[in-house]
Amino acid sequence: MTSEKIRVQDLNLYYGDNQALHDIQLSVKKGSITAFIGPSGCGKSTLLRTLNRMNDLIDNVRITGKVYVDEQNIYDNQVDVVQLRKHVGMVFQRPNPFPMSIYDNIAYGPRIHGIKKKRDLDEIVERSLQQAALWNEVKDRLKKSALGLSGGQQQRLCIARMLAVDPDVLLMDEPTSALDPISTLKVEELTQTLKSRYTIIIVTHNMQQAARISDYTVFFLNGHLVEASETNAIFTNPKDKRTEDYITGRFG
Amino acid sequence: MSKRTDRLMRGVFIASATFVSIIIFSIILFVGKQGVQTFRDVSPAEFFFSTDWTPLENRYGALVFILGSFLLTGLALLFAVPFAVGGAIFLAKYAPSWVREILRPAVDLFVGIPSVVYGLVGLTVFVPWIGKATGTAGFGVLAAALILAIMILPTILSVSEDALRTISRSLEEGSYALGATRWQTIRLVLLPAASPGVLTGIILGMGRAIGEAMAVQMVIGNAPLLPTGPGSPTSVLTTEIVKDMPNSIFGSTVNNALFLMSLVLLLVSLVLILLIRVIASRREV
Ligand SMILES: Nc1ncnc2c1ncn2[C@@H]1O[C@H](COP(=O)(O)OP(=O)(O)OP(=O)(O)O)[C@@H](O)[C@H]1O
Ligand SMILES: [Mg+2]
Repeated sequence: MTSEKIRVQDLNLYYGDNQALHDIQLSVKKGSITAFIGPSGCGKSTLLRTLNRMNDLIDNVRITGKVYVDEQNIYDNQVDVVQLRKHVGMVFQRPNPFPMSIYDNIAYGPRIHGIKKKRDLDEIVERSLQQAALWNEVKDRLKKSALGLSGGQQQRLCIARMLAVDPDVLLMDEPTSALDPISTLKVEELTQTLKSRYTIIIVTHNMQQAARISDYTVFFLNGHLVEASETNAIFTNPKDKRTEDYITGRFG
Repeated sequence: MSKRTDRLMRGVFIASATFVSIIIFSIILFVGKQGVQTFRDVSPAEFFFSTDWTPLENRYGALVFILGSFLLTGLALLFAVPFAVGGAIFLAKYAPSWVREILRPAVDLFVGIPSVVYGLVGLTVFVPWIGKATGTAGFGVLAAALILAIMILPTILSVSEDALRTISRSLEEGSYALGATRWQTIRLVLLPAASPGVLTGIILGMGRAIGEAMAVQMVIGNAPLLPTGPGSPTSVLTTEIVKDMPNSIFGSTVNNALFLMSLVLLLVSLVLILLIRVIASRREV
């Protein structure tokens, strides 16, 4: 039980009258990579966003059930959402760099959490950019606007920005959908190197990617969790017919 | 066909842009031409650096009005901007939607109130207050600045609020996802991203403040003297032009000096606008 990082229990989520998640049960192991797969609109992003309470920001969202991170129900009243989000970092489906310099983008998180010394910030910025495989491309233009980066570079910037606050859970919503094959490979390698220290959940539409990098795979359909199991098992021997149809490309 | 319409429309746009530019340019030219004739009778040093405005005795020092315009506009912005931006932040990011739905149209309504109404409010509310508080008649730069601040507040608020609301939600989420508080997100991400819009609002408000004659004239006291306190009567470029223009003959020295004051007003607002733009562009990355 101690190796469990996240547990989702009886989770239902409604956008207004529209139920987007139905009775989700899920357990995520510490130090593992879990892939969320499923057709567009099935609720992958929605579930991911419940794990750092990002849905709190949307009007008319109603959530029932529990989500435990480190055995603490994050929907409890006394939970400090700011602290939670420091521990549970997120990369969004669309890159969203701040309209400021590359350096300031990365330093943003550490700064708001009280790191002021230039030397510390410099070090964090370099390390995070290295980790996100972006350092070599931007080291000479750190003071330039992040908006001048290409889409793929922006996405890696957002990954670096997340790593800079040193979270222990990484939620990545299709982090490589805007990347070329080489950057994709870099991000995939990154997930492998980070795995020992972090718990990673990655949403992907790319079956090969899920198979390549994840330890566990969860398949969703229309807001329902259909099947969750070890990646090997799900790809070689899916238990549910719908999972099999999806991963073999027969629908979705 | 579409290519021809394209070319035609291009022509139309260029023509109208040229037309507008010509009109604006002619106004500046006309005002300028009348204005510089002042220097046939008055030295630039006197006009710009003397505080003695006594046209009857041929003394045409306009420093009081020039300084007055700067002071008044500055004070009005000082009073208005914090509340306007604060109000914009509140409406855009804190207020529940029903509050916003009531307040937002109300703010826009205020933008349309004629300045004479503000002047009346100033005359009946602020002037007596200030009078009582300072033991004077109450007419002066403070009453004028308060009135102007109230007048330009809705403009700045409205434009700033729009700017804040058009910032993409994903930026906000990006900040929250890093563990930022709402205030940090507003201060460090949303406001900087919205600053060009906020600035546009401030420039619009400033333009209105520096050019306002009616409301200011009703409460400022209209004496060509440097203000010595919040309740001491003084005058600014606009009010003096309005006051003296009807009594002067076109082509006379007073009349020319008033045109020169208009030119100064024009240039001052241009310079202020450019200044704000420069400061803003320097802050951008
Ligand atoms: N802010 C919102 N307001 C209302 N409905 C929403 C909102 N966000 C998502 N939905 C709905 O919830 C359902 C799940 O959406 P979600 O974004 O989680 O899907 P997804 O699996 O991430 O899809 P994709 O693979 O296309 O990213 C969809 O039907 C979507 O229309
Ligand atoms: Mg999604």
